[in-house]
Amino acid sequence: MSDCRRQWNREDELPVYLAGPIPSGQNQRKSYGMFSSVEGAFESKTLDFDNYAVGRRGSRTPRSGSRERVLDAGDPVGKTSSEAREGSPTGSPGEADDVRPGVVVRCSPGKESADGESGRLLIKGGRVVNDDQSLYADVYIEDGLIKQVGENLSVPGVVKVIEANGRMVIPGGVDVNTCLMKSRLGAQPADDFLQGTRAALAGGTTMIIDHVSPEPGQSLLEAFECWQEAADKKACCDYSLHVDIPQWNETVKDELELLVQEKGINSFQVYMAYKDVYQLSDSELYEALSFLKQLGAVVLVHAENGDLIAQEQRKILGMGITGPEGHPLSRPEELEAEAVFRAITLGNRVNCPVYITKVMSKSAADIIAQARRKGSVVFGEAITASLVTDGSHYWSKNWAKAAAYVTSPPLSPDPTTPDHLNTLLACGDLQVVGSAHCAYSTSQKAIGKEDFTLIPEGTNGVEERMGFVWDKAVAMGKMDENQFVAVTSTNAAKIFNLYPRKGRIAAGSDADVVIWDPDSTKTITAKLQQSTSDYNIFEGLECRGAPALVLSQGRVVYEDGELQAQQGAGRFIPRKHFPDYAYQRVKFRNQAQSQQGVTRGLYDGPVYDVVPTPKYITPSPSARTSPTSHQPQPVRNLHQSSFSLSGSQSDDYVPRRSGHRIVAPPGGRSNISSLG
Amino acid sequence: MAERRGNRDKAEDDLPVYLARPGTADQVPRQKYGGLFCSVEGAFESKTIDFDSLSVGQRGSRTPRTAGRETGQEAQSPVSDNRISPGVERRGGNVSPRVEIRTSGGKEVLQNLGDEKSDRLLIKGGRIVNDDQSFHGDIYMEDGIIKQIGDNLIVPGGVKTVEANGKMVIPGGIDIHTHFQMPYRGTTTVDDFAQGSKAALAGGTTMIVDHVIPDPGCSLMEAYDQWRQWADEKTCCDYSLHVDITHWNDSVKQEVDTLIKEKGVNSFQVYMAYKDYYQLSNSELYDVFSFLAERGGIAEVHAENGEIIAEEQARMLQMGITGPEGHVLSRPEELEAEAVFRAITIASQTNCPLYVTKVMSKSAADLISQARKKGNVVFGEPITASLGTDGTHYWSKNWAKAASFVTSPPLSPDPTTPDYLNTLLSSGDLSVTGSAHCTFSVAQKAIGKDDFTQIPEGLNGVEERMSLVWDKAVTSGKMDENMFVAVTSTNAAKILNLYPRKGRIAVGSDADLVIWDTDSIRTITAKTHNSAAEYNVFEGMELRGAPLVVICQGKIVLEDGNMHIISGVGRFIPCSAFPDFAYKRIKARKQLAVLRAVPRGMYDGPVSEFSMSRGGTPSASARTSPTKQPVRNLHQSGFSLTGNHALCGPATPDDIPIRPAGRRIVVPPGGRSNITSLS
Repeated sequence: MSDCRRQWNREDELPVYLAGPIPSGQNQRKSYGMFSSVEGAFESKTLDFDNYAVGRRGSRTPRSGSRERVLDAGDPVGKTSSEAREGSPTGSPGEADDVRPGVVVRCSPGKESADGESGRLLIKGGRVVNDDQSLYADVYIEDGLIKQVGENLSVPGVVKVIEANGRMVIPGGVDVNTCLMKSRLGAQPADDFLQGTRAALAGGTTMIIDHVSPEPGQSLLEAFECWQEAADKKACCDYSLHVDIPQWNETVKDELELLVQEKGINSFQVYMAYKDVYQLSDSELYEALSFLKQLGAVVLVHAENGDLIAQEQRKILGMGITGPEGHPLSRPEELEAEAVFRAITLGNRVNCPVYITKVMSKSAADIIAQARRKGSVVFGEAITASLVTDGSHYWSKNWAKAAAYVTSPPLSPDPTTPDHLNTLLACGDLQVVGSAHCAYSTSQKAIGKEDFTLIPEGTNGVEERMGFVWDKAVAMGKMDENQFVAVTSTNAAKIFNLYPRKGRIAAGSDADVVIWDPDSTKTITAKLQQSTSDYNIFEGLECRGAPALVLSQGRVVYEDGELQAQQGAGRFIPRKHFPDYAYQRVKFRNQAQSQQGVTRGLYDGPVYDVVPTPKYITPSPSARTSPTSHQPQPVRNLHQSSFSLSGSQSDDYVPRRSGHRIVAPPGGRSNISSLG
Repeated sequence: MAERRGNRDKAEDDLPVYLARPGTADQVPRQKYGGLFCSVEGAFESKTIDFDSLSVGQRGSRTPRTAGRETGQEAQSPVSDNRISPGVERRGGNVSPRVEIRTSGGKEVLQNLGDEKSDRLLIKGGRIVNDDQSFHGDIYMEDGIIKQIGDNLIVPGGVKTVEANGKMVIPGGIDIHTHFQMPYRGTTTVDDFAQGSKAALAGGTTMIVDHVIPDPGCSLMEAYDQWRQWADEKTCCDYSLHVDITHWNDSVKQEVDTLIKEKGVNSFQVYMAYKDYYQLSNSELYDVFSFLAERGGIAEVHAENGEIIAEEQARMLQMGITGPEGHVLSRPEELEAEAVFRAITIASQTNCPLYVTKVMSKSAADLISQARKKGNVVFGEPITASLGTDGTHYWSKNWAKAASFVTSPPLSPDPTTPDYLNTLLSSGDLSVTGSAHCTFSVAQKAIGKDDFTQIPEGLNGVEERMSLVWDKAVTSGKMDENMFVAVTSTNAAKILNLYPRKGRIAVGSDADLVIWDTDSIRTITAKTHNSAAEYNVFEGMELRGAPLVVICQGKIVLEDGNMHIISGVGRFIPCSAFPDFAYKRIKARKQLAVLRAVPRGMYDGPVSEFSMSRGGTPSASARTSPTKQPVRNLHQSGFSLTGNHALCGPATPDDIPIRPAGRRIVVPPGGRSNITSLS
């Protein structure tokens, strides 16, 4: 940080037009991670900006421009020398280049004076990175909204200016999977909406979507209100809610309709695991998916085969394995893959978009990728933990450590999993990164110290999410910065119909903006985290890439490692149903898929009489009342039947008495039943 | 024939025995494909030579007599042939083996005295094709068992001889999946065990494995006895039985155990479809598979997602689709694939060999082949219909025709499916072919004329099975003759643990043989088939390849298109548990898959209070107590000596006290040990 400050000073010594050329250093472009192209570009931009500002708008812009310059210049000139020294000894010119743009982020001197109008903010000289393109532009923010994006903006007089110095300006992250209030056996997660959102902001995430988890039997609506109330009080950033469906019945249907129509919820989670608690049967899933599709909601699926897990748990406990290693042993990744496959099949049948939460294993991810290749509308969400660490820790000798990793589906013991998932994320087969942040303290985890099935499930990750995606995918050269924005923010916003309000830097979008520092390196440790959990599963891992500054609702909430979050500032963001990103294809498929029966003449051959009491048979569902009751008089083209005039009798539709065997029909055999 | 004799006469007379032998090795170029095996002549001729010469030299008492007699007869009757024909026949090279196979000249003469010894049979000059290799050899059978194979066999006199003339002699087919005489809602399928096994024999299948389907709630044992009775009365060929598990509870478990141990059944089918009827839940499947894995059974599965099918059926009917096309629309192949995937997952969890019956779609077959590549023990069975035809016929304007194709899982409407399945069958990804022969008359099918869900499911295929595989896979160049034997017979025998009694031509095996004519072409039609069904789903299809002679239990049952069958001669062949083909790997894995707990010290940090009040922990409800004595190595724990001194040894209940809920222990008695410290 300190070096950052020093560096921005240097810029001021030089005339603007000179400052530009210096950093250019064409020689050291690193192809990934560090955007060395940055300097040359932004500086000329800054030049332009100033020039234009002077030349074009006499009244406002020059003032702000000049003020900024004055202030900047006002700062320690002397430091430059030390800086220069600092830069040179590193020797490698590349590094020197990196360091320089690293300067930055600082509120312009206008800050103090502009305090009264803190809603107005200008980010200057940033490299605006959206999911589709990156461009150098300034961003002007007012009243929590982005008002203008571009060069040479016309901004009002008093405005706080942030010099991005060519750093990436990205849309704030959207974390689509947090559980900040999901109690387990009476244990509330260590991070509630306050700590959770603080941690989110510290990690560059400016919006979370939390899971409302009603207990079986509880009203969805009540649970939703309870969550909303708690979040309104505590959340520091904007939030929205998913609602979990713990059971399926008529009441739930009504509540879902209400939630979609009036409460602004468009995503609901169903569980294929947790037998006898949350788990829905295939039939219920089918009905739920059909119903939610009509409502235009996205169906989130927790995909694990609960029946088999229950069996495996019993077996493992029976073998005397009670520690956390029993958790992955009883939930092998095959069961995850199986459930993913089933969920996708269901989604295809119903023609409903399916969103798989927490893709933890290679096989599950591969199945999603395959299904997408076959055209299924399915989305996969990797979580921080699955992208970074693996399940080998379940075998740790330290119970507390092993237990900290317990989440469902479990982390895969295969150490190549994170890499594979990052690859799929980079190529677009997985779309979203969540965190599934659900932190429990060690003492809470210890509820299951004698029985792994009782360990509350959940890991941390909301704070580390963006940083690790950068570190594992972008810094490794798998992903470009645009895809980074897509998976951390834009795709989530699109799937859940928040786009372009969230997930994009564009005029009219919410001013949730992050200035991203691709080079800062930090070591994750529980001591320095915002989350209150006492164990961080990423403990000791180095992570490159971090937010330098975070704006939420147009306010600076995180800067230079300092969090200035305001409790209760978060708003509930309602979401409309039928998100285009998921439903456009579905709509067309609906039209394309209208199935037609075959029009054919009535069969008038002999019919074997059925036993009077078919005590079983009907493979048809129980829901259907009677197989023959409705007789929907199918649309038949009688002109095509060769016997309609002679054979069809008035009693053709009279159901035959059972036990009454007709060997030859009254009209004689017609050729419709003739063979050969 | 004539040519052969000519050779024999010439060679035998001219050369001494020791010289005659080397003569067999003549390197006549062997033609590899084309169905006509021109290598035949050279090979069998030298064989015959050896035979005669050896028999003279070796056994004084019997053999000379038979040899003499045989030669006598032969020499006696067609002397003129010998003289005249050799030149002619030789020229014909490829033509000669095509000559109709007839029993040797001795047959007529010997018929009077041969009646009592009619189970003695000699197949001469055949090309024996097993799943691993093909070679030329004679086969001598007695009492329904193959006694000798090779050149120059020593056979008793008065033996009936079949001249194979170099044609393929293959192990009789095993149709691993039939439903003969299956009761269905008060009616039965039109092919009973007599009719069905007749059709089987006509197609070159000498053993069938039928499914016993007990009604849900009924005793498996009673159903088994019932089927045994029906089959024993009527079958014309050997048979074995699968038993379907249509419900699951402890008494069924007992019965399954008995069936495996005492009744010779080692394969059990479970259903993932037919909701509220046959369908078992995932948990039940897990239990069944675990149990079968323990007892050495094969889990067969009808793989379709019954729950979704039920929903789809309701939807179709609601849309007004009541015809047979509704059947395929409500059972899309995805649902088959899904269930296959699930079944494989469950089987892999329980380490149980899995057999997927009726693989009807590409996606299901793909999943099986993927799973096999990952090392799962899974077998896939495409059926005659899925290899031969597709599901486009469901949209036929002719209701009766459309309905006759109704089976579950349905035929895939994708017309490239049969070709694809044949390819996978050739590559070994699918293991066996069944027929799922289950025929209903049109009147029976018409039960569902207003509602496709009521149409009885099943189609024919037992008779066409072998020819169809030959036509689609072998003549198209996908499969060689050995693989043909493997998928039509050997693999099935191996899976059911009948190998090498069935499925192989070897000394000691049952004398179930087929002489296969690779070139005969016939057109399938319901008018000429042996099934009682009025409709044949392969109607009009031209198939190349057919059995010429079928020998079942050492007796000729098909010859020159004439069938000589006797109802009730079929024997029940018991299958024993733990077939090596499936269980060798399973056993090895069982030893590997021992799970061990991590030995670690007890967690002694604070435990937050919690309420167990609300029902339903994800833990299995059946679990009795969370404090099940875990096997812990206390020597490895850092505090065992200080903390629980008196209680060292196996953990005791005191060691792990059951805390009353709501009681919070902030600091444990022994003080904090480093086991819980967080770095």
